[in-house]
Amino acid sequence: MQLRSKDLLGIKELSAEEINLILDTAETMKHVLSASSKKTAHLQGKSVVTLFYENSTRTRLSFEMASKFMGASSANISSSGSSINKGESLVDTARTIDVMATDILIMRHSQSGAPHMVAPLIKASVVNAGDGMNEHPTQALLDLFTMRHHKGSLQGLEVAIVGDLLHSRVARSNLWALEKMGAKVRMAAPSTMLPKDLDKTPAIVCPTVQDAVRGADVVMGLRVQLERQQKALYPSIREYARFFAIDDKTLQLAKPDAILMHPGPCNHGVEMPSSVYDGPQSVINEQVTNGVAVRMAILYLLSARRNG
Amino acid sequence: MKIKISGGRVVDPVGLKENEQDILIEKGVIVETLTGEPDQVIDATGLAVLPGLVDPHTHLRDPGFEYREDIVSGTRAAVRGGITAVAAMPNTKPVVDNPAIVRYIKDKAEREGSCKVLPVGAVSKNQDGKELAEIGLMAEAGIVAISDDGKPVLTADLMKKAIQYAAQFNLTVISHCEEPSLAEGGHMNEGLVSLGLGLRGIPTIAEEIMVARDILVAEYVGLPVHLAHLSTAGSIELVRQAKARGVKVTCETCPHYFTLTEEACRDFNTSAKMNPPLRTQKDVDAIIAGLKDGTIDMIGTDHAPHHADEKQIEFGLANNGIIGFESSFALGYTYLVLPGHLTLPELVAKMSTRPAELLNQKMGRLEPGYPADITLVELSKPFMFDKNASASKARNTPYHGWMLRGQVKMTLCDGKVVFPW
Repeated sequence: MQLRSKDLLGIKELSAEEINLILDTAETMKHVLSASSKKTAHLQGKSVVTLFYENSTRTRLSFEMASKFMGASSANISSSGSSINKGESLVDTARTIDVMATDILIMRHSQSGAPHMVAPLIKASVVNAGDGMNEHPTQALLDLFTMRHHKGSLQGLEVAIVGDLLHSRVARSNLWALEKMGAKVRMAAPSTMLPKDLDKTPAIVCPTVQDAVRGADVVMGLRVQLERQQKALYPSIREYARFFAIDDKTLQLAKPDAILMHPGPCNHGVEMPSSVYDGPQSVINEQVTNGVAVRMAILYLLSARRNG
Repeated sequence: MKIKISGGRVVDPVGLKENEQDILIEKGVIVETLTGEPDQVIDATGLAVLPGLVDPHTHLRDPGFEYREDIVSGTRAAVRGGITAVAAMPNTKPVVDNPAIVRYIKDKAEREGSCKVLPVGAVSKNQDGKELAEIGLMAEAGIVAISDDGKPVLTADLMKKAIQYAAQFNLTVISHCEEPSLAEGGHMNEGLVSLGLGLRGIPTIAEEIMVARDILVAEYVGLPVHLAHLSTAGSIELVRQAKARGVKVTCETCPHYFTLTEEACRDFNTSAKMNPPLRTQKDVDAIIAGLKDGTIDMIGTDHAPHHADEKQIEFGLANNGIIGFESSFALGYTYLVLPGHLTLPELVAKMSTRPAELLNQKMGRLEPGYPADITLVELSKPFMFDKNASASKARNTPYHGWMLRGQVKMTLCDGKVVFPW
């Protein structure tokens, strides 16, 4: 089996079988990561470029590490310090990268749908590393990988996702992915941060954070995205923290063996106190490690598909 | 020049009838009898003969944005769609807020245009929403209405003054109903589809709050107001209630609001990005019901040409709007007349007679004494709408490849054949 599309644009575009294929492949890659020599030849002779119009630590670095561990040559472009600052359009920028014999273009953009627009116009495979408020598919895949690792199966898993649901592409990708894998998703946020019609999706919208967390197998906090905050959606940080944080008491409402996740970066004391972030149930650092394995799997599978 | 159009099915949007009859034209005007033999006989056998369509809502982009469209290309596209007069919105560069620009548009249209161009003046200077523009001087120069279209008239106070002052010059305010604090930053209708695409939504109440405000203002001063491009079920209901209690409110919708829903935005299709945004099936049904029961008086295109570079980009950065001249009649015929929502004369009334009344123009009727603005349409054969055949400079339409009925075969403006060329 291989991936159906040349690109990885979103979870919406993937089938459950493809998600399983990626997660299974990532298991193998995780062994590579824990080996003393982290070199494989999976991407020998391939060229991977990351094009980031937004800031990133984890996603960008993990893609870069993933390409390097597998022997690809990789290069990075960001909006500052490139011709993007001179006003070059996204299409022209992507085509320019494409004609330099690029195999895989990893893209992050503040506009939803930016990779979807680029993908049909270029030969390289496009991987969406986050587009606006739409999707962050590789984050959802690494989250699923982490959940599966701890809980064995995703089927029937109860997952609470809490925080800025309006702006979160991580929440959207996780919702679409967990739905496909048969998990149950409960969501809670300040009511000003709930997208309209969320109750018409498979998500169960809860009135309080506590209602969402109660009995959950997985509790996921979301970053309050200060940079996407157009208007004041909550009165103050301290009020947000008082009513919408995942604090120690709230986490106790989850199943005793529940795991705590966060896509990072975390605003400590806002989404959750440091005692929760660094607590025994937290798998946040594990998520980061798994991110490298999952991205290795994705790059490998896209490259294998390109080789035919 | 004496012309006889013979053998066609003549559509009467006033008496709401269709008759087999000849239309006689002398010196550009429809006459009862010719003073001699016709110089030209146009065989309209098998075609419907309509009064030329009058489009109450268009953007010709001239002056200032000629790379998108100009008066020459825009009016060519109009006559190719059977439209013989277009109300041109003032959001040009510079804005139509003084008589000099009104004269520029009228002069250029008379010299180089294919159809009549009816300039709409701005409500406020530079469309800034602060002070009234020189409405009286622009009226003298020939504007047919005032509007800050593209932007809402921000304050109720300015809207009230505009309605009152314009009425003194026999002009109606055309209101672009949008509450900016709710619409700001939005790219499509707010709902399940915007959630799924991760695009910021524009709620229906952004339109409806302004519809309600403008109705109340018009009611208070007892003067008319016209509401442009209505898109939501709630707006239609507000207008219906207002009309029932005697408010002098008229309104229009556009073909895209009865043929498309927000689903067209899936795959980040910028050809479906417009303002107000495409809504839901419930809204489409309400628009059709409003057209049927007379709540919606007329249909305008909101023809909004954009360059490919302004559309083949990220959805959130793409400009709003679609071109509409060459598809509007066929969309009306295919989606309103064929399913039985409107009769052909009713459709023609909404696309010709009623807009002419709004704009105080002697147009929109095939009666002696009226200008010979006439459109001949083939109704029986389906055709494929091809954007690449457009006479517009722009190609931003979601209707490429659609099979439609109601293709325009000939357009006359003041008795002159302006299409086909």
